[in-house]
Amino acid sequence: MSHRLPQGGRLIDRRKPRTFRFNNRAMRGMKGDTLASALLASDQMLVGRSFKYHRPRGIVASGAEEPNALVNLGTGDRFEPNQRATTTELFDGLVAKSQNHFPSLDFDIGVVNDALSKFLSAGFYYKMFIHPRPFWKHVYEPFIRQSAGLGKAPDAEARDVDTYEHMYAHVDVLVVGGGVAGLQEARAAGEAGKEVLLIEQTAHWGGRAPVDGGSVGGGPVDKWVDETVAALAEMPNVRMRLRMMGAGVYDHSYALGYERVSDHQPGNDAPRHRLWRIRATEIVTATGAIERPLSFAGNDIPGVMLASAVRDYVVNYGVTPGRRVAIATNNDDAYRTALALADAGVGVPVIVDARSEGGPLAEAARDRGIRVEFGMGVGRLLGGKRVTGVGICRMDSDGSALHEIACDAVAMSGGWSPVVHLWSHCGGKLNWNETRAHFAPDPARAPTGADGQAFVRAAGAASGALTLPEILDGAEDWEEAPLSPVWQMPAQAEKALQGKSWLDFQNDVKVSDVRLAAREGYESVEHTKRYTTLGMATDQGKLSNINGLAVLADALHKDIPAVGTTTFRPPYTPISMGAIAGEARGALFQPIRRTPMHDWHDAHGADWEPVGAWRRPYAFVQNGEDVHDAVMREVTNTRQNLGLLDASTLGKLIVKGPDAGRFLDMMYTNMMSTLKPGRCRYGLMCSENGFLIDDGVVARIDDETFLCHTTTGGADRIHGHMEDWLQCEWWDWKVWVVNATEQFAQVGVVGPNARKVLEKLGGMEVSADALPFMAWADGEIGGFRARVYRISFSGELSYEIAVDAGQGQAFWDALMEAGEEFGVMPYGTEALHIMRAEKGFIMIGDETDGTVIPQDLGLNWAISKKKEDYLGKRAQERDHMTDPDRWQLVGLETLDGSVLPDGAYAVEAGWNDNDQRRVQGRVTSTYHSPTLGRGIAMGLVRHGPDRMGEVLDFPVPGGTTVRAKIVDPVFYDREGEKQNV
Amino acid sequence: MKRYSAFAVAREALRGNAGWQRAWGAPEPRPAYDVVIIGAGGHGLATAYYLGKRFGITNVAILEKGWLGGGNTGRNTTIIRSNYLQDASAAIYEKARSLYETLSQDLNYNIMFSPRGVMMLAQTHHEVRGYQRTAFANNLQGVETEFIGPQRVKELCPIIELKGPRYPVMGALWQPRGGTARHDAVAWGYARACSDMGMHIIQQCEVTGVRSEGGKVTGVETTKGPIGCSKLGVVVAGHSGVVAEMAGFRLPIESVPLQALVSEPIKPCMDVVVMANTVHGYMSQSDKGEMVIGGGTDGYNAYTQRGSFHHLEETVRALIETFPMISRLKMLRHWGGIVDVTGDRSPILSKTPVEGVFINCGWGTGGFKAIPGSGWGFAELMAKGHSPLTAEFGLDRFTEGRFIDESVAAGVAH
Amino acid sequence: MLTLKCPCCGVMTDETELHAEGEAHLKRFGPGSSDEDFTGYLFQRENPKGIHFERWRHAYGCGKYFHAARCTVTLEVFGTYPAQTLEPPQEIKDAISAKRPGWSWREMSN
Repeated sequence: MSHRLPQGGRLIDRRKPRTFRFNNRAMRGMKGDTLASALLASDQMLVGRSFKYHRPRGIVASGAEEPNALVNLGTGDRFEPNQRATTTELFDGLVAKSQNHFPSLDFDIGVVNDALSKFLSAGFYYKMFIHPRPFWKHVYEPFIRQSAGLGKAPDAEARDVDTYEHMYAHVDVLVVGGGVAGLQEARAAGEAGKEVLLIEQTAHWGGRAPVDGGSVGGGPVDKWVDETVAALAEMPNVRMRLRMMGAGVYDHSYALGYERVSDHQPGNDAPRHRLWRIRATEIVTATGAIERPLSFAGNDIPGVMLASAVRDYVVNYGVTPGRRVAIATNNDDAYRTALALADAGVGVPVIVDARSEGGPLAEAARDRGIRVEFGMGVGRLLGGKRVTGVGICRMDSDGSALHEIACDAVAMSGGWSPVVHLWSHCGGKLNWNETRAHFAPDPARAPTGADGQAFVRAAGAASGALTLPEILDGAEDWEEAPLSPVWQMPAQAEKALQGKSWLDFQNDVKVSDVRLAAREGYESVEHTKRYTTLGMATDQGKLSNINGLAVLADALHKDIPAVGTTTFRPPYTPISMGAIAGEARGALFQPIRRTPMHDWHDAHGADWEPVGAWRRPYAFVQNGEDVHDAVMREVTNTRQNLGLLDASTLGKLIVKGPDAGRFLDMMYTNMMSTLKPGRCRYGLMCSENGFLIDDGVVARIDDETFLCHTTTGGADRIHGHMEDWLQCEWWDWKVWVVNATEQFAQVGVVGPNARKVLEKLGGMEVSADALPFMAWADGEIGGFRARVYRISFSGELSYEIAVDAGQGQAFWDALMEAGEEFGVMPYGTEALHIMRAEKGFIMIGDETDGTVIPQDLGLNWAISKKKEDYLGKRAQERDHMTDPDRWQLVGLETLDGSVLPDGAYAVEAGWNDNDQRRVQGRVTSTYHSPTLGRGIAMGLVRHGPDRMGEVLDFPVPGGTTVRAKIVDPVFYDREGEKQNV
Repeated sequence: MKRYSAFAVAREALRGNAGWQRAWGAPEPRPAYDVVIIGAGGHGLATAYYLGKRFGITNVAILEKGWLGGGNTGRNTTIIRSNYLQDASAAIYEKARSLYETLSQDLNYNIMFSPRGVMMLAQTHHEVRGYQRTAFANNLQGVETEFIGPQRVKELCPIIELKGPRYPVMGALWQPRGGTARHDAVAWGYARACSDMGMHIIQQCEVTGVRSEGGKVTGVETTKGPIGCSKLGVVVAGHSGVVAEMAGFRLPIESVPLQALVSEPIKPCMDVVVMANTVHGYMSQSDKGEMVIGGGTDGYNAYTQRGSFHHLEETVRALIETFPMISRLKMLRHWGGIVDVTGDRSPILSKTPVEGVFINCGWGTGGFKAIPGSGWGFAELMAKGHSPLTAEFGLDRFTEGRFIDESVAAGVAH
Repeated sequence: MLTLKCPCCGVMTDETELHAEGEAHLKRFGPGSSDEDFTGYLFQRENPKGIHFERWRHAYGCGKYFHAARCTVTLEVFGTYPAQTLEPPQEIKDAISAKRPGWSWREMSN
């Protein structure tokens, strides 16, 4: 059984116990434990079930590479699935549950999959569940979905109560990894005066070295670590962060850091995670190496662990995975584990070494009286939910002749693979090292940055330098004999054993699966990965990939480098969605633009509508009304009395300069250069591709100055569009554009009483003579400096009045107060839309959708025939643009007065070549008009203007058809008597 | 070809899985074929499959510079829908969707088409109107969709937040027979069926030149030597411009990265596909349990198959707003593909200035869902010179101004 | 995330400050131009797998458009320059030639 040793544990504080619950059972650990070490200390080796066969799974590793020990952590709004026990620091009150089983970890009915595993070989689901057809969606797939997945889904209504931050760092050198290599790199860079950020994913500096031992300059390596950390802490140009992982390396020397600020102290005031966006001139990946498992039958039984992990638990946490720990290896390093176990008083019944001889470490083990069997391998492991013994055999055998040795844990080592993820994320290439049987970064093919130069350098074990003397000057350690690559143990393992030799513990991929994939033609490493799911588990193949592709290479009779690796993708280990989103959630999700009168609207019943980044009142809802009632009231009141519209969101671009007129002649389809100062003109803007993109009223301020109104959503876009042409095409024209949208509050004063209220407020002359329709003037109203445009989007007598933004609310208040006797009411965007539709005015985004040209909308009057050129003119000459069959704007009136459904299509007889119903038009805007007491609509219809009075059929789902007559699109005041008074 | 079935799986299991044949062959190229297809992705393989199945043209080679299905076919978020606005789009995507319904049976390969339903959320009045319009259009196009209200949205997808502080859910366009399929399996299933018809799928064979005489194609140069043909189909997604350049013409295309990501797997919590175009994100849950997430394209031209991380930040932010419960899930992996985007963001299935050369490209962010329909129509175009499914997707539309613009209905496609 | 130097501000800018605006040095064709020229101008793109001359706008900065020469495979940036030019400045061309021997301006168009 696994248990806490009476002594030892360099990271734990035995005086500070911590209590936690696992599967509803109270357990005790100590300060400094990980959840994994605390579970092992409580003899909880079985921690989960595998993905496919639901086989029992135990802790395998001690760090980020752990594939099995994933738990449901926490409860309620702090619940989190798939949390790795090996990287979860223990805290008081921690609550964890194991995953992927029903009803319990010990008795899981999903294990029936294991009994059937013969039938569930690689890719089996591609070959079955084909018939009968509906069964996939309704029978097979739901079963597969339920048995797959790992952690529990958070509750649908769970709302994360923690906060997250984004941080920025710009440094000369980012060192990823706080082991001896990273510390050394940081120190060198720091001493050279560089700005350094050194990050380490665990809570401790030093990496593996303090566990693995060795000496530097005659002293123990942990002393060197302590001294170096102390020296770095003194350097003002070096920043050091623990619990911060290098998550990814990206183009132009960008890197992501993932800092787990308070996972180990949940509920404190700090954010839970920080995502660091780092720009570094150089990135040093000192990310260490990961030990490979050995592929032997039964290597997935709980109690089998990486040899280095066993060593970590013994040395760091004073925990042993068993009382008798057998060791299987192909290299010298695993002997360190044997020595550590022996030092701790744990029995090591045997070391099975695939090689014919070992180095001094092996001698040392033998000297300690440990039985060492060279040329031997593990043929089969004994046990079910826990290892009970190991059957050893000759390495070159088929594994049938076994000699059994009792043990309750196995430490395995298949050699070490450098962690090359960060090196590879952005294109760094790898070389195969035949001697050490691993891929390591090729310094000649490093990732290159914006300047074309390499910006990533690997250091230490991550570069392939696996021993201390290779990394640190003056370091000494055991000399190691070469390893012997072992991809299947024993070498001639019979098929039945291959079918029990796990490569990917979480996804249940075995040696036999990879061989089957190769045999079936899934020869590319990517095919094999995808067909077998090898390396697709949450550890992303940290343990399984090299072993898997070695098996594939063997099956294909190719060299390992010829098979190559799958692509390494960020992040190095999974990072929280919350951290990725950062602070920008809820109210901070996206900025909201507010007009000067926003708060007043909010206090007066505004039903808000998002329009771009703005919010506009859709309607002002009064007591007892619904939104529709409010809209009807607002239209009627504006037509009969007086309405106020907050038009501040309309774009206001000032275009100024000697060539301003010439420039606007290119921007608009109309002739703007002939507009007289003091006058306004409605203008249309097209893209160079001919389509209508914006409209608005242009006022000529003086000879060299125009003010161009744009749509609310269009202001920034049209500003950019103007700048684009000015900067990139006509850069010699003397024109300047300023976006003054937010400098002004603009109020539409609309209705028969509009002039009365302005006259009451007093100031400038606003009579029909002084300020005729489509004129503008500067002056003062009610004491406010104002620019008044006599324009109308409603068909009523209307003034749009711009005042300084800071005066907007005061001006609005003055209008409301003065307007009271004239029946003033504010109105929202929907009333605006209805009134413009009653007048047959088009709306960008309703009548246009990016496929409509002005000629479609009866706007030929606004397209200058005299100009040689404007943006879109050439495009509008193309065949399809001049096609007389294009759909044209008309009005539509239902025969029964109802409101035509928005977006409905008018059909004609027959079906097209693709069996689609032929259509001849569609509804673009449709409303109930309170003014006319009936439904009105606008639409685009083939030859529409020539077909007045014709009735069209608009089918609606459910089989009914709405019939509507083609009419003039101007429904109200065709002669313009109301607005031009 | 040995047929796949539960019986075959059981039989082989009892024989140690020793009897499985190669899913597709590994032939050396012949000197010439009737038809050469460049690109063994989903669209290329589907084209070959329907050339054989519908038109009896089986002397076909499909050339692949890497591994089959290794481009965008294996990198997408596997969404299948046909709720497009414009007739031409709806026709080809609905043809594809309907072929997906029976593709597992047609290919005798389980491609796991799962019509779990696709909804596109309406979060502004403008989107409500746009999707209502699409629903009307779909009704006439034979595409089954409907506009549904917020309560129905919540019933279909309980993890949605309807009352987002910024963009409340006002309804959705719902296509009940949209869904997902296993992307690799689509390529593998077509490849197996093509191989079974005697076609040659030649992997690790890069085309380096296009040969023509008198404006008519005669073959291609490849890293495995010259290969002759009288008809050439170019179906190379993100590299269309590069191959077109070899053939001597240019395309209205730019290639940009598109990124996606998956979470760690969790137990089933989402049985539909949800797209939220106002906030730019979409999500579904795979059979493995991963939340599969995508967003919009990166802005700049690139061939790197990776993108800039801030786009993923935006996507994840959008999805946390829409599905707050994912905040404590973890991103397992993110990746990128290269998509070719045309001037109107609709695909090109067309003859080209070189006689005998046909091009199928420009699927942008939405190619996977179209694979069977694209292959069906493009095979017909190559065999007969005309197909009603591809008629509107010709290169000449850019000169005539006859665009197929879906942007009114969707900010992001997919 | 890319970094480009804004030639107007003279500062290195992150991609988040910028907006990519497509191919640079397009020649505008207006009324009277042939269908081929007009379609070419509006839609045909070099889209090279290699050196790309492209437009960017320092949208969340000075607002100026500028051009960059960038490799679409390695993302190496050979230089940025003001948009008010009909072709890349000689020093940009030299910088590219130094690293990509045999390269020539507009080779794709020919």
